Amino acid sequence: MRYAYYTLAFVVVLLISVMGFRGMKATQPPIEVFPDMDHQAKYKPQAESKFFADARADRPMPAGTVPYGRGTGVEPGRDFHDPAFLRADDFRYAGKAADGSFARGFPVPVTKELLQRGQGRYAIYCAPCHGALGDGNGITKPYGMLAAATYHDDRLRGMAEGEIFNTITNGKNTMLSYADKLSPDDRWAVVAYVRALQRARHATIADVPADQRGGLK
Amino acid sequence: MSKIFPKSANALPLQIVIFLTVLGGVAAAGITYYATPAYLRVGYQPVQPVPFEHSLHAGQLGIDCRYCHASVEKSATSSVPAAQTCMNCHSIIKTQSPLLEVVRQSYATGQPVPWVKIHAVPDYVYFNHSVHVNRGVSCVECHGKVNEMTAVYHAKPHSMSWCLDCHRDPAARIREPGDVYNLDSQTLAEQGKLAKAQGYIHDWNVKPPTSCSGCHR
Repeated sequence: MRYAYYTLAFVVVLLISVMGFRGMKATQPPIEVFPDMDHQAKYKPQAESKFFADARADRPMPAGTVPYGRGTGVEPGRDFHDPAFLRADDFRYAGKAADGSFARGFPVPVTKELLQRGQGRYAIYCAPCHGALGDGNGITKPYGMLAAATYHDDRLRGMAEGEIFNTITNGKNTMLSYADKLSPDDRWAVVAYVRALQRARHATIADVPADQRGGLK
Repeated sequence: MSKIFPKSANALPLQIVIFLTVLGGVAAAGITYYATPAYLRVGYQPVQPVPFEHSLHAGQLGIDCRYCHASVEKSATSSVPAAQTCMNCHSIIKTQSPLLEVVRQSYATGQPVPWVKIHAVPDYVYFNHSVHVNRGVSCVECHGKVNEMTAVYHAKPHSMSWCLDCHRDPAARIREPGDVYNLDSQTLAEQGKLAKAQGYIHDWNVKPPTSCSGCHR
């Protein structure tokens, strides 16, 4: 009987030495004990496809696709004069005025909420290169990102809002497009926040409400 | 009639029963310890086609999770970034690095980078990222401290009971909305603000499903 216990102890030691403990790093895919329906014959987002040559289950848009916009179009209470439908409003979706030049001003109301949204988006997508203050001193600069523009020179301060919108949408020089990360309305929020940064950099004591000037001294 | 068995054999049936009980206990302990995602999944750290360091980008540089995983706030899926997202910086920084050759190829040809998925749920589980992050559930709750990982590994078990631990007591696990993407932040409960967390649960109308169809369809 003693030998049965010895054998059991040996098997336990053997098992632990082979299996190890919880949380140990492993490069092999996890073992699936009961893989019932874990892997179904369907595509999930960003999945791999054996059918398409580029192996992408998410298909890129075919050439000539018309942007439809989200939550717009054929819905009760909406008509085809809706500027969001087919993104027909060039000001809002391309930053262009009727004559094709870059538009000045904003196609959406500039509210506190818009500026706060812009501030949040700016911190995520713009600040790594352009810096929290918009002076081109982002965290990436010490790593070699020397080309990021400051917003505080006369060229960018005088630039039309539509052109800033266009730069976010399509990129410029070494900056690539951020259209995949910022929706058109988010882009306008960022443009509004960039304008706020520019105003703040060139602010004087006269811009501060008289009753709050004491707090700055 | 001569004796066939020695007298000590009288104790044998009891000894066998005791041994089988011990054996059953050891087997049950082994299965409990090993046949669970806490052992099977935790620690999975596959070799990625590009040795991307989250500890550098998200930790040292402090780039927001959403810079790359841009769809997490508005979609069920937290998207893996396209090569263009890498090239936003790496068209200027470390342009000759051999480690980034795969990314440059992907950007040039449109062939996706074959990233290895680590946190995979079974195909009958419908997890939605946006509803969680927009209600104070931080990335760190399910993915661990990715900002400290050189190569990402599976840090939490993602077993069904583990999901339900939080679904049954969400107030203990939520954060301030501004802390969701700060992986070093504390939950409201850890800050001793459980009452505030319960207020959010009420105000946001958080009713995590604990029935099957909440997650399985």
